[in-house]
Amino acid sequence: MSNHLKTFTKGLIKENPILVLLLGCCPTLATTTSAINGMSMGLATTFVLIMSNLVISLLKNFIPDKVRIPCFIVVIASFVTIVQLAMQAYVPDIYETLGLFIPLIVVNCIVLGRAEAFASKNPVWPSILDGAGMGLGFTLALTVLGCIREFLGSGSVFGLHILPETANILVFILPPGAFICLGFLIAIVNRFKKENH
Amino acid sequence: MAKKESSLKNMLIALLVITAISGGLLGLVYGMTKDAIAEVDLKKNQAAIEAVLQCGTPIDHLEETVVDELPCNLAYDAQGNLLGAAVKTYSNAGFNGRIELMVGILANGTINAVSVLSQSETPGLGANMVNPKFKDQFNGKNPNAGYNLKVTKDGGDVDAITAATISSRAFTGAVKLACDTFEAHKSEFMKGGNVQ
Repeated sequence: MSNHLKTFTKGLIKENPILVLLLGCCPTLATTTSAINGMSMGLATTFVLIMSNLVISLLKNFIPDKVRIPCFIVVIASFVTIVQLAMQAYVPDIYETLGLFIPLIVVNCIVLGRAEAFASKNPVWPSILDGAGMGLGFTLALTVLGCIREFLGSGSVFGLHILPETANILVFILPPGAFICLGFLIAIVNRFKKENH
Repeated sequence: MAKKESSLKNMLIALLVITAISGGLLGLVYGMTKDAIAEVDLKKNQAAIEAVLQCGTPIDHLEETVVDELPCNLAYDAQGNLLGAAVKTYSNAGFNGRIELMVGILANGTINAVSVLSQSETPGLGANMVNPKFKDQFNGKNPNAGYNLKVTKDGGDVDAITAATISSRAFTGAVKLACDTFEAHKSEFMKGGNVQ
């Protein structure tokens, strides 16, 4: 069981897809303009990761090696489309802001990366845990990044106003702010990781 | 079960089965969410129409029509007099693409209110067009009575959003399109309400 636990927790900090593996930076930089956007994107990706890891792990012996990538992409794309339709129908406000980036989950390297590196070589249960761990690690990084950018750029966190409107630093909502914040976040994580060694 | 080798037959079967199942599944989900999605769109449209036509006079009935490719909802009172129209307008000149607005225009051409249906402008800059500070400056203004629908930089009367002249220009252009279309077809609209 401790092995399974490790499979799950490694995605949170030790092998965090954003802060350590630096996978999937496109949605990270683009959708973290506010905490709620970052978190929604993270959760949507987590769902796709868990489901695609589950299915690909089940099908791993059925899929011949030479056509594995197209098969993985079809499975991933199907789940992404399901997420997209569900969001459009039931959470239209969030779909409004994230709509453009949801289809891009298909080509998010985290999802394909985990399918190729983990799910296609491991049994079902660890694959689900790996997907959940990686997905939650991704969500964690996106939410933290979203909180920082929203706080500095709009003076609020999760839509809750904390600073007066005049104290905003607009650049943090714009693309350069995303790079700056991500850089500092990675630096902080690396510092703590070094101390642990 | 041993791993299938990459023979032509195995590859074809794997691809065929996976795509067929995915296709079926997607069809199912599409069917389940189709009505909910249509309802969300309709509600949003309806809410915007009601918001921009709110003018104190009770509306008896609405009539839908399309003029010059712009969907219009015409509002009439109980006697069939034209009260105003909610015109769904757009601009493709936004900083990040298309902007869609619902503009409420009263029968005399006065802009009643503007509601943003969709936009993808820069957050913190052009996206501030949804704030009352910018969009409500149009309320009660009449382009027939000297209100110049251009941003101040271009010699008009519209105060642009700070550092977002392009978005402001696109927004103003969309409002102008709605007003011009309404003016051009006003006489048809006036006749349209005789339901009794």
